[in-house]
Amino acid sequence: MLCGSLKRAALAVLVPLTLAACSGAPERAQGQLRDLSLANTDYQTTLQEQLIDAKPGDVITIPAGVYALDRMITLNVDGVTIRGKGADKTILNWQNQKAGAEGLSVKANDFTLENLAIEDTTGDGLKVNGGTNIVIRGVRVEWTGGYKTENGAYGLYPVQTENVLIEDSVAIGASDAGIYVGQSKNIVVRNNRAEYNVAGIEIENSVNADVYGNTAINNTGGILVFNMPGLEQRGYGTRIYDNDVNENNTENFGHEGTPVASVPAGTGIIVNSNDDVEIFNNRVAGNNTANVIISSLFSAGYADDEQSESFDPYPEGIWVYGNTFSGGGESPDGLELKALKTMLFGPTGAFPDVLFDGHVDATKMVGGKLPDALRICVSDEGVDILNIDGPNANENPRVESEAYRCKLTPRAPVKLALAEKAGR
Amino acid sequence: MRFGFAVISAGMLTLVGGLSGCSEDTQTPVRDLPLIEASYIAEGNPETLREWGQVQLSGGALVLSDNVAPYDLNTPLFTDYAHKLRTIWMPQGTSASYQEGEVLDFPIGTVITKTFYYPVAGGADEAAVLRDTSSDFFQGSKLPLDNIRLIETRVLVRREAGWDAIPYRWNDDQTEASLNRIGGIIPLSLVDGNGEATAFDYVMPNVNECASCHASDSNSKALWPIGPKPRHLNRDFTYDDGARNQLVYLTNGGVLTGAPDDPSAAPKNASWGDIEASLDARARSYLDINCSHCHSPIGPADTSGLSLLPGATGAALGKCKVPIAAGAGTGNRRWGIHPGKPEQSILVYRLESDEADKMMPEIGRSTVHKEGVALVTDWVKSLAGDCS
Repeated sequence: MLCGSLKRAALAVLVPLTLAACSGAPERAQGQLRDLSLANTDYQTTLQEQLIDAKPGDVITIPAGVYALDRMITLNVDGVTIRGKGADKTILNWQNQKAGAEGLSVKANDFTLENLAIEDTTGDGLKVNGGTNIVIRGVRVEWTGGYKTENGAYGLYPVQTENVLIEDSVAIGASDAGIYVGQSKNIVVRNNRAEYNVAGIEIENSVNADVYGNTAINNTGGILVFNMPGLEQRGYGTRIYDNDVNENNTENFGHEGTPVASVPAGTGIIVNSNDDVEIFNNRVAGNNTANVIISSLFSAGYADDEQSESFDPYPEGIWVYGNTFSGGGESPDGLELKALKTMLFGPTGAFPDVLFDGHVDATKMVGGKLPDALRICVSDEGVDILNIDGPNANENPRVESEAYRCKLTPRAPVKLALAEKAGR
Repeated sequence: MRFGFAVISAGMLTLVGGLSGCSEDTQTPVRDLPLIEASYIAEGNPETLREWGQVQLSGGALVLSDNVAPYDLNTPLFTDYAHKLRTIWMPQGTSASYQEGEVLDFPIGTVITKTFYYPVAGGADEAAVLRDTSSDFFQGSKLPLDNIRLIETRVLVRREAGWDAIPYRWNDDQTEASLNRIGGIIPLSLVDGNGEATAFDYVMPNVNECASCHASDSNSKALWPIGPKPRHLNRDFTYDDGARNQLVYLTNGGVLTGAPDDPSAAPKNASWGDIEASLDARARSYLDINCSHCHSPIGPADTSGLSLLPGATGAALGKCKVPIAAGAGTGNRRWGIHPGKPEQSILVYRLESDEADKMMPEIGRSTVHKEGVALVTDWVKSLAGDCS
């Protein structure tokens, strides 16, 4: 129906567009703002009414087409599935958004969103605030005009959720994190693609997350595992494996003041103030600052904030092994890191694969050493670690790989029934 | 009749309406429909506001039915300079019980209404309304509608399973408010004292968005009223027969039990515009009513770790607190509240913004509350301390 009218309208003026329009959405080059001149503007009312009237168990299907929405769409009913015809066929676009801090705002349990695109929201694309059993599958969230600071903050954003599966999805252009799981428990993020976001994939203040099979490319930072102060839940227990984390060298276009604004461009994988993180079997290449950074909130510039008193800023129990590193570290972001690199490795040299800011909690030491379970381990010969001596204003930066040749107990996989059901 | 204010019985009005029906004068404006008694509707979504019998059109005014009590809050939530007529009604023989720090414990059948309206600016532009912060248009038990434009009336009803929110939108002819669960954007233009007009979109929330503010416990997700807490209600109101403290009035009317005999023993927020009150009390009252339904340790904005409840202090209140997921809402500032430095405080930035991804509250306004921003700015300026 919609397709028919699109076709007729298009035929009258722009014949070449018509075929593309009917296979789903008009073709569009990346970075080219979505053209909404033929978009359906009435559908948002239908969709919102369906969501208001939804009953648990309902599947709301959205036909292929381009839909222009100007208000946030909300769902508060448990057990609802919203399903499109494909991430390039069913396109919800909020370019002309007048109200609402998100495109789609969900406060519900047992929620599934699949096979559609969320584009050009003023704020976040999808926010799921609270809820258990959340599935996001085959969703593309994108700011179509290319990466810029004015883009919305988060692409896919479940927060305070439990049992979360994000798979086969794409996030492009978020001015904070493309895929962001915050303050949640029991999480699988797999087989997604994140590009041209400040943070490609970010796990923050979350417990038990498996992040695998993803591609993070051309972000400022590829994959982030963060803890922030002042929140109820401290995060720990993330496994990052079998991901491709390449060339995350896009300039940091985040908003100053946000935690990710402190991430240097050219960061592959970064663990900040988080604990019990296992990084293995990834392919990490060409990230200009460092392929892996392990740091504390001190390095993010928040050392003196009031909440730090009750907050553990030290990254502990971090284990890096079995990864394939290539390139990276040649051209770090920021004058200080650049100067440090040149001083230590010369103008044509490169940082080692792993950068550590050197902040260690002396109060936890026993006999001058951290207990084994709290150590940072980079077990593979040939993978070096640079301690930049952050606590002493970088006075004594040194490569001290041998001190980190240790192993930790492997973490058990996240048990998530939702992920097993899918049979992948 | 438990309340003291004057009401006209539904029967009388029907009679008057019937008589005027005999007139052949075609200039007579749309006739009032017979008045309906206030009642509890236990299920469903009545198609018109009138069916609730709480507030109805009569004789060129919006009138309150028998036993429907109007009330105000010490400091109200800002909604694009809209004026608000709030009412409360409980079924005969029932009453609410007092809870000091919480919403009054209302009986099943309670109906609360809030009507949003503006004084019209006059002139050719029908969308032009006045940015008038001082006038009080309500008179004891009725709102005369000369030069008033009614926008929407929201109904909160306490049913067996909990509170339901049901929104009604007034039509352009101002003859009826009909169920509108989908909300809408109503283009208006605010005209200030100098005659300067600023166009804006009044956004009527949809049913789900009611929960954005009224589901103040993010775990239960149940809806609750926000205003009828002792600290907001503890003030005088000018009823038909004179001014009295609202808690006392409700108690004397037999619909509130357990409140202190002397209202000075009950908590009381400052009126945000009361220059006699301390700057701190006024600002905290403003932040309480505008923010704390989400920004509390159990509210939907507990994801940010910021609490704007009256008792919050230190980093929880935002002092030298880092943002969590504010995105563009940081305004490139580092701290929630930088004491002494409003221009470096995210809190102030978000109040100053009218952009969807930056402003706070996230919904409920499309304009900036200049006077509210000034208050909070002055307050932040007055705070001692520093962040580094």
